Amino acid sequence: MPIDKNQVKKVAKLSRISLDDSKLESLSKDLVSILNFVEQLNKLDTNEIKPLTSIIDKSLDTRDDTVSEGQIKDQILKNSPEKNEDFFIVPKVVD
Amino acid sequence: MKDKFDYFIKTENNKWEVIIGLEVHAQVTSKSKLFSSSSTKFGGKPNTQVSLVDSAFPGMLPVINKFCIEQAVKTGLGLNAKINLRSIFDRKNYFYADLPAGYQISQYKNPIVGEGSVTLDMPYGTKKVGIERLHLEQDAGKSIHDLSPDNTFVDLNRSGVALMEIVSKPDLRSPDEVNSYVKKLRTIMRYLGTCDGNMQEGSLRADVNVSVRKEGEKKFGTRCEIKNVNSIKFMEMAIESEAKRQVELIESGKKIVQETRLFDTKKNETRSMRSKEEAHDYRYFPDPDLLPLEIKQSFVDNLKNKLPELPDKKKERFINKFKLTPYEANVLISENNISEYFEEVIKSADIKLAKNWIIVELFAVLNDKNLDIKDSPVSSKNLANLVNLISSGEISGKIAKKVFELMVQSGDEPSKIIKDKGLQQQSDPKELEKIVKNVLEKNLDKITQYKAGKEKLYGFFVGEVMKASSGKANPKLVNDILKKELKK
Amino acid sequence: MRTFLLFQRLLIKMNDLNDISLSEIIKLIKSKKISSLELANHFINNIKKAKKLNSFITTCFDQTIKDSKSFDKKQNFDGLLPGIPIAVKDLFCTKNIKTTAGSKILENFVPTYESTVTNNLWKEGAILLGKLNCDEFAMGSSNETSFFGNVVNPLENNFVPGGSSGGSATALAASLTPATIGTDTGGSIRQPASFTGTVGLKPTYGLCSRWGIVAFASSLDQAGPMTKNVEDCALMLEAMSGYDKKDSTSINRKKENYFKNLKKSIKGIKIGIPKEYRVDNMPKEIEQLWKNGIDILKKSGAKIIDISLPHTKYALPTYYIVAPAEASSNLARYDGIKYGYRSKKGNNLIEMYEHTRAEGFGDEVKRRVLIGTYVLSSGYYDAYYLKAQKVRKLIKGDFDNSFKKVDAILTPSTPSSAFKIGEKTNDPISMYLNDIFTVPVNLAGLPAISIPAGKDHKGHPLGLQLISKALEEQKILNIAFAMEKEIDFKQSLNRWWE
Repeated sequence: MPIDKNQVKKVAKLSRISLDDSKLESLSKDLVSILNFVEQLNKLDTNEIKPLTSIIDKSLDTRDDTVSEGQIKDQILKNSPEKNEDFFIVPKVVD
Repeated sequence: MKDKFDYFIKTENNKWEVIIGLEVHAQVTSKSKLFSSSSTKFGGKPNTQVSLVDSAFPGMLPVINKFCIEQAVKTGLGLNAKINLRSIFDRKNYFYADLPAGYQISQYKNPIVGEGSVTLDMPYGTKKVGIERLHLEQDAGKSIHDLSPDNTFVDLNRSGVALMEIVSKPDLRSPDEVNSYVKKLRTIMRYLGTCDGNMQEGSLRADVNVSVRKEGEKKFGTRCEIKNVNSIKFMEMAIESEAKRQVELIESGKKIVQETRLFDTKKNETRSMRSKEEAHDYRYFPDPDLLPLEIKQSFVDNLKNKLPELPDKKKERFINKFKLTPYEANVLISENNISEYFEEVIKSADIKLAKNWIIVELFAVLNDKNLDIKDSPVSSKNLANLVNLISSGEISGKIAKKVFELMVQSGDEPSKIIKDKGLQQQSDPKELEKIVKNVLEKNLDKITQYKAGKEKLYGFFVGEVMKASSGKANPKLVNDILKKELKK
Repeated sequence: MRTFLLFQRLLIKMNDLNDISLSEIIKLIKSKKISSLELANHFINNIKKAKKLNSFITTCFDQTIKDSKSFDKKQNFDGLLPGIPIAVKDLFCTKNIKTTAGSKILENFVPTYESTVTNNLWKEGAILLGKLNCDEFAMGSSNETSFFGNVVNPLENNFVPGGSSGGSATALAASLTPATIGTDTGGSIRQPASFTGTVGLKPTYGLCSRWGIVAFASSLDQAGPMTKNVEDCALMLEAMSGYDKKDSTSINRKKENYFKNLKKSIKGIKIGIPKEYRVDNMPKEIEQLWKNGIDILKKSGAKIIDISLPHTKYALPTYYIVAPAEASSNLARYDGIKYGYRSKKGNNLIEMYEHTRAEGFGDEVKRRVLIGTYVLSSGYYDAYYLKAQKVRKLIKGDFDNSFKKVDAILTPSTPSSAFKIGEKTNDPISMYLNDIFTVPVNLAGLPAISIPAGKDHKGHPLGLQLISKALEEQKILNIAFAMEKEIDFKQSLNRWWE
C-alpha cells in the first residue's frame, strides 16, 4: 500500500483541496492504483544516473534591468472575485 | 568596552553559551523585479507596480533580470565567497494570500554563491564569521490585516522584487556580534551598491536561529528560528529573550522543540508559530519554466575587476597609511560616503586634526540633525579650510568650534565667517601686551604668590588673558608675553 | 504538384469547403474566388449546426464577422493565413475572449492579454472563430474531463474524439474550422488526431512559445498544429512557431519555411522501428497498420532499421510522476483570489482555498494535483520525483542513441482507435495507457507527427507517428508528406450531427 487514507488527507491539506469522506474513499483508491503503477520505476537501478534538469540544451537567457511593465492596476484587479479600487480582498487570515 | 568576550547566560549552576546563525534577506538594488519588468520603487500606490507575471496570471512566464545576477555575484565576491558558475532556480510551494503563484522562485540545492566569510571587529579582537551561501529569490506581496475587521487586503507591489538570502554559519555568539555582523554586511553591500540596507523600507530583514549549550560543550543544542526580524535592535532583544527562554526550559528539565517563532516586540518575548510549521512542506523542485543559470568565469572576473575597494581593505589602508587607530578607521570606513569625505578633507589638511573634527564634531551634528554625510552642511572643502586655519595658528581651537557652529548654520566658508564675525585671532603683540599688563595689574596679590613659588597660578593668568580677549588671543604670543612680564 | 485545377472554376459551392484543405482555401481567398466574410459565414453556419458535438466552449461570431469584413476591406494577402477564420483550443489565452482551460475554476476568466502563439496566427492574417473544448487543464485522453461536458467524435456518436485537444480534433474533422491548434503534453495533439483521421504535430520543446498558454506541465507542454493534411500542417507550424523572449525555454533560431520547403522525400532515408513499441495485447489492426506503413516506406526507397528504445516501458510511469508534480505547482495559482471561481464557503483564508479548489477542480485534476503534491513532498521526493527525472534522462538517452543510426522513427500513434464515451472513465490507468506511444516523445522534448494511416474494422481511423531528433520538423513533415500520398487516406463524414 503506497499511500493510506491519512496520508491522502494530509496531501489534500497541503494541496488546499477539501475532501469529504466519500470523495476521500474513491480518491484514495485511485491514488493507490496510480502510485502502484508508477512504482514500476523501482525495478530500475538509477544510482549512477544524474537527474535531468532541462530538456533543451541551452543556458538561461536574461533580460535587461529596465522598467517596462506595471501601471495596469485595473487589468490586474479586473478578474478578481473580490476587490476594491486598490486591493484584492480575501477572507481574514488566521494562524 | 570589554576587551574579553563575555556573553553568557549565567544561572546558579551554569554558564550557557548562545549560538546564533542568521539568514539575512537583502533587497537587491535594481530598477525592475527579478523575473518581470515592473518597478521595484518603494512607496508606490497599491497594485500599480504589478505585471501579469507578478500576479501569476495563467500562462505567464518568468524571465530573469541580468542585473540582479550581477548584483548577487558582486555581493558574493564582497563576501569572499565561491561563485557557482551553474545554479538552479527552484519553486518553494506554499499557499498564502500575497504569494500569487502559490510558489516562490528561489534557489535551494544549487545557489549562485557558496561559502565565504565576513570579518568583524569586536572589542576583543577580530572575528571571522562563516557564510554558508547566498541565493536569489523573489519577495512576496503584502497582506494588510488592519484595514478591515473581516478581510485581509492584498497589495502585490513587492511581489517578485529580487532578494538575496545570505545565510551565515552558526558562528555568532552574542547580540553584539549579531549587531556587528549585520552592520558589516550592510556596509559591504552599500559599498558594492547591491543593497541599500534600508531597514525601515524592509530592504534588510533577518531570520535568526538561536540555540544554547553549556560552556565548553561541543554539540549544538536544538535551535529555534525567529522569523522576519526587521531591525538590529529587535534582533538583539529577540536573541536575548529567546536564549533565556531556552535556558530556563532546559534547566527545568524540559526539551527544546525545533520550531519557528515570532518575536513580539511589545512583550519582548518570542512565541511559537508551530501551528503554521506543521502544515509546511515546501516541496522544492527545479522550476521547469527556467533553465539552469550558467555564467562564465569571464563574467565573474569582469565584475571582480570592477569591484570598489571594500571596507576591510580600506580599513587596512587607513590604519597603515594615515596612522588611524582601528576604532577610528572603523568609524571612517563604515560608509563609503564617509570615507570619501574623509579622504577629500585630508587631501589638503592635517590628518590628525581632520579625523578628530570629523569623528567628534561633524558626526555630532549629523547625528543630531539625522543627516547623511553627503547632505552635510559643512562640505569637505570647507572643513579642510577650517582645519588648515587651526593648524596654521590663525584661529584657536576654541574659536574654531564657534566658526564650525556657524558653518553648520550657514554652510559658509570658514574664512568668510571669521571675517564677518570678527573672529580673527588677536596676534598684534602690542595689543596683547596691553591685555596682559591689564590682567596682571588687577592681580598683584597673585603675582606675589606666583613669584613665591605657587607656579600653577600661571594657568590662571593665561585663562584671564584669554577671557579678556574673548578667546581670540594667539596663545603662543600670550605665552611669550606673559612669561616676559612675570619675570619683571 | 500543388496545382488545384479543380478549383479554377468560377463558382464554389459552399459545401465543397468542407472537403478541401486549408491550403486550398487560401488559394481561393488569394485568387478572390471567395471572401473572408463568406468563409467566416460558412464556418459559423457549420458551428451553429454542430451543437451535438460540443466542441466549442466559447464562440465570438460578432467579432469574427467584424474582423473578416475588415480583412475584406484591406485585402492584405501577405500573411500565411490571409483572412482565414480559425478556432483554437481553450488553453490559449485570448485577449478579451473568455479562456477556461475546460475548468470551472476559470469559468469566467477573461484575459487582458493574447498568447504568443495565437498572436502569431493573427499576425499572419487569421481570424478567431471561437474557443475549443478540451480536457480540464489538458488533463485527459478523451475530452471527458472538461467542466463543459465531453466532446463527441464526428465519426460516430458515442465515441470520444481523444484528448486533451478533443474539441480541436472534432472541430477540424467536422469542418467547423479549416485548421486548428492544440497543445500536447503527453499526446494531446497526436492521439486525438489519430482518433479523428486528421494530422497533428507536436513540435520540439521550445519551438513554439508557451507564453499565454494555461500551463499543465511546463517541461512537457508544447503547442502544435492540427490539420487535414500534411501540407496544412507545415503551413500552420510555420505560422505559429518562433522564438519568444518572454519564454525562457523558447529556442532562439531562425524561423523555418516549413511550407515552402515541403517536399516528398523518402529515398535513402533511414527509418527506425523500435521493438519495444510492440506492446502486449496490441490489436492486430494496429500491428497491420504499422506493417503497412513500413511497407510504404520501403517501397518509397527508405531503409528500415530495427532499433531499441529499452526504457520505453518506463515512460508512462515517469510521465505520471513528472507531469502531476509540475501540475500540482502550476495549478496552485488557482486560489480564488486574483481571477476565476471563488467558493462562498469558508470562514477564513485557508477554508476559502480548500472549498474553492474542491469545487473548482474536477476529479482528474484533483487526482493529479494530489499525486503531484505527494511525489514532491518531504520524504517521497527522492523515491518518486528524483527517480523519475533520472529515468527521464535514460529515455532521452535512448532516443539520442537511436538518432545516431536513423533519421526518423515510425510507430503507431495510439494502441487503439477511438473508444466509447464512458468506457475508461472509471479506471485512470487504462485511460493513461492510451498515451503509451506518445508520452516518450514529450519526455525527450522531440518533435513527432501523427498522420491518418488506415482504419479499424469499425471504420475508425488509426494513425502512424513519425519522430525525429530535436528541431527536425522539416524532415518528418517531408516523410509524412510522401507517406500521405501513398496511403491515400480518405474520410467522408455524413454530417450526422447536423
